[in-house]
Parts: sequence; C-alpha cells; structure tokens
Amino acid sequence: MEVPRQPIVEIKNLNKTYRRGSQVISVLNDITFDIEEGEFLALMGPSGSGKTTLLNLIAGIDKPDSGSVRVGEVEITSLSETELARWRASHVGFIFQFYNLIPVLTAFENVELPLLLTGLSRRERREHVETALYAVNLSDRMDHYPSQLSGGQQQRVAIARAVVADPTILVADEPTGDLDRVSAREILDLMERLVHELGKTIIMVTHDPRAAEKAHMVRNLDKGVLNNVLS
Amino acid sequence: MFFLKLLFRNAFRHKLRTTLTVVGVAIAILAFGLLRTLVGLWYLGVERSSATRLVTRNAISLVFTLPISYKDRILQIRGVKSISYGNWFGGIYADEKHFFANYAVEPRSYLELYPEFVLPPDQKAAFLRDRKGCIVGAKLAELHKWKLGDIITLKGTIFPGQWEFVLRAIYKGADKSTEERALMFHWDYLNETMKKTVPRRADQVGFYMIGVTNKDLAPEVAVEIDRTFKNSLAETMTETERAFQLGFISMTEAILIAIQIVSYVVIVIIMVVAANTMAMTARERISEYATFKTIGFGKWHIGGIVFGESLVIAMTGGIIGALLTFPAARWFEVELSQYFPVFSVSPFTIYLDLLAAMGIGVVAAVFPTWRSATIRIVEGLRRIG
Amino acid sequence: MGIPYSYSIRNLLTRKLTTVLTALGMALVVFVFAATLMLSEGLRKTLVDTGSYDNVVVIRKAANSEVQSGVERLKASIIETQPEVAIGENGEPLLAKELVVLINLPKRGSSKPANVVIRGIGAGSLLLRPQVRLVEGRMPKPGSAEVIAGGSIAKRFQGGGIGETVRFGMRDWTVVGIFDAGNTGFSSEIWGDVDQLMQAFRRPVYSSVIFRLRDSTEFEGFKTRIEGDPRLSLEAKREKIFYAEQSEGMAKFLNILGMTLTVIFSLGAVIGAMITMYAAVANRVTEIGTLRALGFQKGSILATFVLESLFLGFIGGCIGIFFASFMQLITISTMNWQTFAELAFSFTLTPDITGKSLAFSLIMGFAGGLLPAVRASRMSIVEALRAT
Repeated sequence: MEVPRQPIVEIKNLNKTYRRGSQVISVLNDITFDIEEGEFLALMGPSGSGKTTLLNLIAGIDKPDSGSVRVGEVEITSLSETELARWRASHVGFIFQFYNLIPVLTAFENVELPLLLTGLSRRERREHVETALYAVNLSDRMDHYPSQLSGGQQQRVAIARAVVADPTILVADEPTGDLDRVSAREILDLMERLVHELGKTIIMVTHDPRAAEKAHMVRNLDKGVLNNVLS
Repeated sequence: MFFLKLLFRNAFRHKLRTTLTVVGVAIAILAFGLLRTLVGLWYLGVERSSATRLVTRNAISLVFTLPISYKDRILQIRGVKSISYGNWFGGIYADEKHFFANYAVEPRSYLELYPEFVLPPDQKAAFLRDRKGCIVGAKLAELHKWKLGDIITLKGTIFPGQWEFVLRAIYKGADKSTEERALMFHWDYLNETMKKTVPRRADQVGFYMIGVTNKDLAPEVAVEIDRTFKNSLAETMTETERAFQLGFISMTEAILIAIQIVSYVVIVIIMVVAANTMAMTARERISEYATFKTIGFGKWHIGGIVFGESLVIAMTGGIIGALLTFPAARWFEVELSQYFPVFSVSPFTIYLDLLAAMGIGVVAAVFPTWRSATIRIVEGLRRIG
Repeated sequence: MGIPYSYSIRNLLTRKLTTVLTALGMALVVFVFAATLMLSEGLRKTLVDTGSYDNVVVIRKAANSEVQSGVERLKASIIETQPEVAIGENGEPLLAKELVVLINLPKRGSSKPANVVIRGIGAGSLLLRPQVRLVEGRMPKPGSAEVIAGGSIAKRFQGGGIGETVRFGMRDWTVVGIFDAGNTGFSSEIWGDVDQLMQAFRRPVYSSVIFRLRDSTEFEGFKTRIEGDPRLSLEAKREKIFYAEQSEGMAKFLNILGMTLTVIFSLGAVIGAMITMYAAVANRVTEIGTLRALGFQKGSILATFVLESLFLGFIGGCIGIFFASFMQLITISTMNWQTFAELAFSFTLTPDITGKSLAFSLIMGFAGGLLPAVRASRMSIVEALRAT
C-alpha cells in the first residue's frame, strides 16, 4: 500500500539539444515524469539515447534548454551557477563509472571532500567520514590511496563520498560499468541497502541488465523520449 | 589546511616534471639575481660618491690637465670649504690582469675630504711623512698579501717609467659600500719627478676635489668656479662627484641596458617553460576538476587549486635560486675579482628575486587557471585522464 | 624499417599549445645566442677592419693607447728617416705624425656627453688608410678652423653634421666634410689638421707616428731596433694588432658575459623541452606499446621521439634567428674602457652565425628529447599495452 507523498523529483517538459558544427541534434524531447522518494530507478536505453544527459540535468551539473527540474522543493533550473554548486554540495551524491577519486588524497580524505563545503568542525567531519566508510565496509582502508585499492573498493569509497553529506538524491552513471561480476554485485547490494535501510532515492543509468534487476522501476529512454517498463 | 595539503601533494605528484620545472625556475632566478647585482656594481661608484664634494676638471675632456695655480683662485670662491687635487696615474702592477685604481693626490687635504677612508693615526702620520709612501685599501692589500713597509712597483703608462712606493698605511672603508681597492700616493712625488724628466708636464693636476660649506650651495659653487675660468687657457667643468660618476656610467649605458634587458628575458624564458608545465598538468587533470565541481566546489576553488600549485612550484624554485645566489656571488668575488671587486648581493635583489618567482607562478597559471575554472562539468567528465 | 617522420610532425601539430610554448622558449634562447655571436662579430669586424697589417704604429713605450702616448717632434723625425718606411708615389715617405686626444661632445637627442676621439692628421694619413674615403664635402683648408667628421659622429653627435660646428680648444670648428670609414673605429672620430690641433690644445708633442712598411717582413727588425734604443723609449706595433688589442678587454668581457648567459638560458630551454617530451611519451604509452607489438624496433621508437624533439628545436631555432636578424638594425655605442673613447659597432649576421645558431637549437632539441626517448624505447610492451 502506497502512501501518497510529494515526489522528490519532478521533471516537466524538459528539452535539451546539442550543436555539432552547424547541426542541431535534439537529445531530450519534452520529457515529463516524477520520481518518488525512496525509489530505486534505472534509466536504460541504447547509447546516444540521452540517458546520461537526463541524469546530468537531474543532478544539476548541466542546464536544459527549456523545461523545469524540481528536486525536493527546489527549482534547480532557475538557480545560478554559484547557487547550483552550493545546492549540489548538500543535495546530490554522484557516483561515476570510473570512480573519479582524487589520486593524491587518501580514502578518508576523498570521502571528506564534500564536507569541506559545510560548516562542520574537524571532529564532526571525522565522525561523518568514519560512519560513511563503515557503512561501505572500508574502515580498515581509510588511509590508503586509490592506487592501493581494487576497482570495487574504489567504487565503495566513491559511494561513501556520495552519501557522507546526507544528500537528498543519489545519482549513479554506469556504476558497475568498470567492475568484474563479483565487485559489481557487491556494489549493487550496497546500493540496495542504501535504499532499503536508509531510505535513499537512487537514480541510476545503466545498460547492465543485472543492475536493472536490482532496481524497483526501470524507464527506457529512446531517441529522447521516455517509455515506461515496470520491473 | 586541507587546501595547502592538496596543493603540495598535487605539485609533487609528477616528481620528474615538477623537479625539472623547479630547477628551471631556480636557475632563472639565480641568473636574474646575479645580473641585477652586476648592474648594481656599475652604480656602486655613484652610491659611494657624495653630493657635497665637487669635481673640477678640464672642460675639454679628462685627457687634459689644469694648472696647479687654479687652486688658490678656487679657494677664494664663496662656499668653498676645502680643496684637494690629484692625477689619475693608471699604473700597472705586475701585469694588466691585476688592474686596480691608482692615483696621485695631495694627501692631507684628500684624506680630509674623504672621511670614509679610515686609517690608524700612526699609519696616517707615517704616510704623510714619507713622500714616496703610499696607502692601499684593505681588500687590495689582502689580495696581494702586502704588508706595511713593502715596496710596490708600478709601471707607468701615462707617466712613463718604473715607480716605486713604500706601503705606509692600509685604509678600511667606513661602511660596506666604500671600496677598499685603490692605491694613492703623494702628488708631490709625481710632480717633482716630472719637473726633472718632462718639465712641461709638471705643475698640472688632473682634477680638483672641492668640499663645500653647505650642501645646498654646491650647484652655485660649481657654476661660479666654471665662470671664473671661462675664456682662460684651460676652461673648467665642475660638477658634483655623483654627477661625475653618473656621467661615466652613461657612457657605458648601452651595455647596462642590454644586461638589464637580458635579465628580464631570462624570466620570460622560464615563464614560458613554467606555463607549458602548468598547461600540461591542468589538461591532464580536467576530469578531476570536473569531479570537484560536481561535488559542489565552485570555480574559485578550482582556480585556487591550479593557481596555488603553480605558485608552489614557482616559489620553491625561487627560494632555491635566491639562496644559491649567495654562494654564486662569493665565487664571482673570488674568481673574477679582477673584474668585480665587490660582488655583494643586496636585500633588495633578493626581494626582486622572490617577486620575479611569484610573477612566474602567476603568469604560468593564468591560462590554465582560466581554462580549468570555467570548464563545463559535463565536458570535463567526458575526458578521462 | 623506421617510423615515418610524418608521425613525428603530426604529433607536434596535435598538441599545438605545448608545441608553441616549447618552441618559443627555445626560440628565445637561440635569439640570445645569435645576438651574442652577432655582437662579437660586429665588434670584431670593427677592430679587424680598423688598421692595416702593413702599417706600423709607433707610440711611447708603455702607453696603452694613442691618447696616453706622447712622441716628441725630434723622435718623430727620427722615425721618418728609417729605411723600413715605404716611399710614396710622390717621393715622400708614406708616413703621418698624428695627435690623438679625447673631447667631450654631447650626443644628438640627449644631452649626455661622450668622449670622442679627435685625430690631428698629416698629408699621408688618408693615403695610409685606404678604408677611409671622403664622401661629402672637402678636406679642411690648411690654417683654418675646419675639420672632417666620421659618418658615425655626423649621425649621432650634436654639431657633427656637415656645415655644423663643434667647439673645443676655445674655438668653433666647422665640419666641412664627412668621411666614410665603413665599420672601422675611425667612423667615430673627428679629423683635423695636426698642426692646427696641436696649437689649439697646446700640445707640443705628437701622439703617434704611422707609416707603411716598405716590405712587410721587415717589421720585426724595425721593432727590435727601435724598442732597443733607450734614448727613444718607443714601442712599435702593426696597426691592425694595435687596434685589436685596444678592444681586447671589452671583446672578452662581452664574449664571456654573452656565453655565460646563453649557457644558462639554454639550460632553461632544454628543461622545457624535456618536460614536453616526457609528457608526450607518457601520453602515448599505449601507442608505443602498439607500435612495438606490431614489430617496430626499440631503436625506431627512440629515433622517432628524438626526431620530434629535433623538430621542436629546429622550429625554435628558425624563429629565433629570424628575430635576431632584425638586431642588425641596431647600433651599439659605448665607451671602450681601455681607451675611454666612444666605440660604435653593430650586430652583424653571417651565414656562419646562422649555421651555428641552428646547430645550437638542434643540440638543445636533442638534449631535451634524448632521455624521454630512451624511456619510451625501454618500455616493456606488455605494461605499455595494459596502461589505459
């Protein structure tokens, strides 16, 4: 039984085009849909379908040509660059395909990064980081550099970094794309736990069918148009 | 601070590249400092000269002399406190490689006019008593290991013959800028010898040094002296000692300017090298900067990271270069003492060194900083490594 | 089989900013290198052309320059009668007794004075110096307050132009002619009748005696005899060598300074090249692995990277020489601190200097590229292919 609540992400009439030389290519075509809080959504589709673009727009790292994106009360499409940056710091956690950890920082310091944008004291930051690393099961590798960690471990650090500031939504772009089968399963299990145990909302772009299986809801994006496929 | 930690770690991430750049900057700053010191040397004479002493010489050029009879007439001019005189001797010791300044002066009045030459009273008295005596600067005496009582022989160029002098006194400079590498002897000795050998060259002085009662009167006194001797057989040209030295310098101005230009070219060259390093480094890290932006860091943060790294590298090289300047200057002073009697590095040069290093860091960072700070996140993420 | 060099060139073109910056750094160094050589060459030309090998200059013993020297009339006459002196077409000895002094003259455009050489000449002076030609006006009339000026003086000193006057010795002297002395030091001199000038300066003695050798091989004999006579206390030198010695100190100083600077600069440029090439290697690790896997030898890899670096040096060298060639438009005038006289000379570009500069730029390119190229060639294929 579902209790009706305000969707955490509301997207209305989203349009995005790209220029390539003199050509104008339409990537997203009048997209409208909602995402509920606590949902685990997979966005799938052939390459070039615009799923990553849609993800970027939801996460506030790109701006649409027209339309609106509302994430938890905030109309992010109307924010300036500076305001968007500030918003992202506390509202979005991003997980990348290639982890994108900073090589000269230890696991601990990588996870600490988003907290530097808050007003927390050193001690408070330490507590949060340790909690996050504990949640992803990497407390014993806090002082290791990314080069000393396996792919799966690096992605776990990345996830810890993504959740440490307690963001409103988590956004993942092909999180298992660079992992072997065992590590991929670990990561997906972790993400599932984040949703079930901590009530996080995850929007994931993937073309890995096993990843899609873990999600609650799958949407297909094809040539910039959204379909619905319930899983 | 976290920021500094990040800067330093980033800077030394690429050890080889950073080391090469730091070495390059260090060499450039070293060269810059040494060149500036070289230029400063030229002006050393100006620093030492005073605005209360006037130099009177033949208006045609230094090659011509003035009669000794002018002395009494100059003394009568209002504002003149004291007067001394002398001739540039230009004698050679041993061989031309060991060049040092030597001249004949009227000893008592000259030493009075130059209080910055400090001699022990007993040595001074010995010098004044002995007409064949000479005084020598402390650094010069040290260089040639001369002791009191030694006989120093100079081969005359302008005044031919072998001239022997007895070292009667060694003078030290009152402050650091006073040079201690000259030899001075009695004008009377020169004159008496000339009277015997080439009488027509006797009773002639190369220059008069005049002390004025009041510094502000100096220009008036100069004009008055020249007016006195206008239209006489030997017209005079009088100017402050400082103006006189500056006049000399302006004659070799072209070289000075060239050296100064070159010192800046050094900096420009290394700026180009450093800019190259930073451009490469920034380009390789675009995806990292995009990640920072994704997390929520703004373009000022990113700019700061790039800029800061450039400064760290440049300042490290700059400090090393500045520190190396001291032993290098020492080497110049010792090995090339013939050309550079004094090669001391002034604090101002060190400040300029560090400023130049900072300049290098800034200029090298400008373009990469701008590029990285304004990169669109989406584009930056696309570039992997 | 080697890797085609178009590979090297194209790689340079892909990373334009880096290529431009590195080449620019090298260009600057080559510029300084070439300019230094050009300056030395300009100075050398001035010295070499000043004075003939077959002329002899006689001055007082131990005098360092004509200005310091004094030769009494009697002694000058003795020289005149020496057998080694050539006889001219008119039956007279090819000899001139000259007076050389320095005067202070203000430059055009600024009031800064400089020391200018005034040379009192005799009838034989022009004959003895075939490099000097009167190009404008006429020779001074005997007994009048007239002088002729060298081209450099006319251009750069107040009152030095034809029809203008110069003041010294309490008289105004009119410049009635301009002479061209090419690159020689005479261009920076003013010439007048020796007797007039001796009177004006109240100098009863000459500065020097110049004459042409009847037979060039007789110089040593003449020198030994004259210098051995204690009554004369004179020195004799071949004119060319005499003038060369006068600027030895300066030439040496400029050379040392120039070369030291160039060495320092080249270190900077080589470092720049190294950084660029190391980065190039690092970026193309996979490519290198692929090329090796395909069958290219280590030596080919080495060669291709060294070639790339040489190209960089070459480009830098060409740019540097191009800009250095403009320095030929500049004339440097400074006081020669051995003679205290003004000396003017310019930058001279010769094919030899161009060649040396290009070679220098190639050496820099080589030095910068060698180590990175070695690293590239030594990479293990497997590791190279594995790296992403």
